Amino acid sequence: MTATAMPPPVLERGALRWVRRRLFSNWFDGAITILFGAATLWVASMALDWALLDTVWNVPDGSGCREAEGACWAVIRARGRLILFGLYPYEEHWRSTLACLAIVVTTVLSCVPRFWGMKRLPLLWLVGFGTFMALMFGGFLGMPLVTTEKWGGLSLTVFLFAAVVVSGMPLAVALALARRSKLPVVRGVAGAVIDVTRSLPLLTILFTAAVVAPFALPGWAQGDKLVRVTLAFALFFAAYQAEIIRAGLQAIPEGQDEAAAALGLRYWTRVSRILLPQAFQNSLPATINQVVITFKETSIVTIIGFFEIMASGNAAIGRGDWSGQYVEVYVFVGLIYFVFVFGLSRYGAYLERRARRMDR
Amino acid sequence: MLSALRNRRVRGWIIQAAVLGIVVGLTASFILTARHNLTAQGISTGFGFLERTTGWPINFSLIEADDRSTYARMLLAGLLNTLLVGVIGLAGASLIGMTVGLARISTNAVLNMIGTVYVEIFRNVPLILQGFFWYALLTHLPSPRQAIPLGGFGFLSNRGLMLPAFDMGWLDLGLLVIGVMAAVFGATRLQRAALINPRWVWPGALAGLFVLFLVLLFTGHQPGDPLVTYPELKGLRFVGGFVIKPEFSALVIAISVFGGAYIGEIVRGGFLAVERGRIEAGLALGLSGFQVNWLVRIPLAIRAMLPALANQYVWLMKATTIGIAIGFPDYFMVVSTSINQSGQTIELLALLMGGFLIINYSIGWVMNVLNRRLAIKGRETET
Repeated sequence: MTATAMPPPVLERGALRWVRRRLFSNWFDGAITILFGAATLWVASMALDWALLDTVWNVPDGSGCREAEGACWAVIRARGRLILFGLYPYEEHWRSTLACLAIVVTTVLSCVPRFWGMKRLPLLWLVGFGTFMALMFGGFLGMPLVTTEKWGGLSLTVFLFAAVVVSGMPLAVALALARRSKLPVVRGVAGAVIDVTRSLPLLTILFTAAVVAPFALPGWAQGDKLVRVTLAFALFFAAYQAEIIRAGLQAIPEGQDEAAAALGLRYWTRVSRILLPQAFQNSLPATINQVVITFKETSIVTIIGFFEIMASGNAAIGRGDWSGQYVEVYVFVGLIYFVFVFGLSRYGAYLERRARRMDR
Repeated sequence: MLSALRNRRVRGWIIQAAVLGIVVGLTASFILTARHNLTAQGISTGFGFLERTTGWPINFSLIEADDRSTYARMLLAGLLNTLLVGVIGLAGASLIGMTVGLARISTNAVLNMIGTVYVEIFRNVPLILQGFFWYALLTHLPSPRQAIPLGGFGFLSNRGLMLPAFDMGWLDLGLLVIGVMAAVFGATRLQRAALINPRWVWPGALAGLFVLFLVLLFTGHQPGDPLVTYPELKGLRFVGGFVIKPEFSALVIAISVFGGAYIGEIVRGGFLAVERGRIEAGLALGLSGFQVNWLVRIPLAIRAMLPALANQYVWLMKATTIGIAIGFPDYFMVVSTSINQSGQTIELLALLMGGFLIINYSIGWVMNVLNRRLAIKGRETET
């Protein structure tokens, strides 16, 4: 066998090198690029035509949409307020808008590292959630009182999300600490609560809280259906989040807790000053993922009769005249979810990359 | 007394006793209140109601279940529906996920982009919204009169997908499923035992299955009936053949498409977890590109995927409960209708939770067995 020296690799730079390596590395690769590239362009142009070019914006009802080649966005003009605000009184829609903005601002602010602290972050969320509740309920400063039966659309979705996260997070911390407790009964009870909750579908838990709980609770403890469902949802969130926090706690070297105990720090001081801050830092990407999933899953309450944005979207196409425009309405509602969920999950991915860089 | 409180062990006992007391007290008060409320409504507790007839039908069932069936039968029908949707949905999701995951790790930039766009769109929109969307799409198809013909043997309309059907009962189908399992099991054993030429094992198994199919087809049917019935338009609806209802299709599509996006990410992660050095080692040993993929990369990637995949399967199985939103009678829908109709709240709730616990633990068990089977051998023998 004679050894033949291979020619040195040709150094290519920039765009040409990228095109050769990523699009045309061999003939098969090139064929795939051309075939799938053409198909993608075709689908994209169809979608563009449908969504932006061949559209109808200005017809009074669904019958005017029949001739439309593309999307009939007139349905959003006609029913957009129903989708976004549900049955909230028309004159008070600005309050619902501001309330949602308050939660959006709170969410964005909690992405800023300056607000990451065991005192600051809870405080931020309490203020944000308090603003939301004050605006939604009203009943002061000349704002008429609006009870929860009238809440609907996007603001109900945002309420569920914020209430579940705000009340679920402390519960998750409690469950995670209880599951690591040295007392066997406490550990066992927390473990049972977490495992049973995690093995049941969310819908069955919410259904139990909404429909079945009135049977099993004395009258004074029943409360509002919305409150019961929110608390049940918070329990579900907490069961998953507790395991995330527990994983974060387990990643902390045992010696840290022992050293703190040797210095004479009490349990709560060790937990709040040493263990939890690191546990949250360790589990940040998983926590963001869980928060994102929770936002998406609020849509499930539509099944047990709440009028959040999924249900109000269905209502917008439910009655007669716009029933043919279901694609437009579902795309509109889907986009609202998408913006929030995609934004948060991108942020989570950024944090993960940053953490990996700092580890190195 | 106060000094006793300072003692850590005493304090531990007191805390534990308090927690235990609260848990027992709460549970007892739930059950007592529920008992009291139910007897006040004249509902007797116990599982006797399972023998009563329901008086309401469901629109999709594998076994015969109508308004004269008992509650027990109806619940079984619901459980089977959940399992059917779950199994088909999980298979679809795995298939889509495999494709998407491979597209995302491909070196081709166009495939990369398609995979990324797919994952981002379908993962970031709630499953229930996707279910509503597919259901609306399927029920806005033309009516049976203007049904879309599919290559001459099937039709697509707003009542579902009509396909030709073999004249077989569910019993025959059950036997066929058992036959398939037996064939796969027997073939793997035979191949390992190497009693006959391994090349003939799988074709032989296939031929055996085909014979079983023909036997079942000819013995199971009434003389004079056609072996195959085709869907035909009679008046306003189709007669004959086999109908796949839009509720079922929409739920299966939603689970497959949504689950596919998540599984795609798991597949991608699995492949990225394979160390570069092992692939290079394979290449250095002179394996071809195909051999490296088939013998090194894929087996290692599958091992890395399995735990995440098990979680995802359990999660998707639980997510089938959204079928109730589009009117698919899964286990949850049957149970909640039963609660409404019979009022046997506590018993039905226990059955509901029990059903899901069993389903989830079986998935977990199967995946664990798979995990142990696939685990790289050698480490255990050393220790």
